[in-house]
Amino acid sequence: MVDKAAIGAVGEPFVVDVERGKIHEFARATKSQHGGYFSSPNPRVPPTFLTTQFFWEELVPGANPWDRVAMSQERGMHAEQEYVFHGPPPKAGDRLYAQSRIEDIFEKQGRRGGTLTFAVMVTEFRDADGRLVAEARLTGVETAKPPEGTG
Amino acid sequence: MTLLDWKEAVCGAQPDARHLGPLTRTDFVRYQGASGDMNPIHHDEPFAVAAGFDGPLGVGMFPAGALANLAADWIGPDRVRRTKVRWKAPVWAGDMLALSGEIVSRDDDGKTVDVELVCKNQDEVVTCQVWMTFAFGDVA
Repeated sequence: MVDKAAIGAVGEPFVVDVERGKIHEFARATKSQHGGYFSSPNPRVPPTFLTTQFFWEELVPGANPWDRVAMSQERGMHAEQEYVFHGPPPKAGDRLYAQSRIEDIFEKQGRRGGTLTFAVMVTEFRDADGRLVAEARLTGVETAKPPEGTG
Repeated sequence: MTLLDWKEAVCGAQPDARHLGPLTRTDFVRYQGASGDMNPIHHDEPFAVAAGFDGPLGVGMFPAGALANLAADWIGPDRVRRTKVRWKAPVWAGDMLALSGEIVSRDDDGKTVDVELVCKNQDEVVTCQVWMTFAFGDVA
């Protein structure tokens, strides 16, 4: 059951090192045909690559505030995901300084009845000068009954 | 592969459609290892069955990533500025997915284009949609 008190929860800061090997592995796993991911010494990241933030976030206790949302494992699913780059995407060799927060929790009536509860977590990625490089916005939804499928 | 240039980036322009599948559990496991999402529902059959599914559920971010790559491979990874994914239906091992998209708007002043993409399974069910924005003006 989602806990609305999680709104505004902020995780501990964490560092993300953008690695060439990880870009290669991720591009292959998502079936890219762009040769630059595999041949360039410092490729830019694929569009959804920053999902790998979780490798880095789990190294830092308290970095991931999503647990505070307390979404049901059986009735929760990934509804939407967005990545914004404020300029060219990060590239291999970049070090990003990241922090996640619970931006919002809200309810909507489902089409087939029952209340849907949405929770939004935003992660900001900055460079060493503090400039905002990228943002990730994860939206999860908890249904009143078990979902038919999840992301 | 030659990337799309600004002249060619007009409304209605489409990348060559791609087909994924039949999806395998290896596809899911490879994506999970790459992404760090090790949720057992996507690879552990007893776990998935206990949760009420017939078998491991596909990882939604896997076809979503492949769909976003369809446009990024076509226009250029350097030009991606925004990618938004919405899931509509689950995917399963054995599914045949058709990935397609097109440019839906073009801003001549800002030198950006918006692309809409869709992933459909073998029953023509939309499994996910992706919206992306690409910038041609400020590529470093």
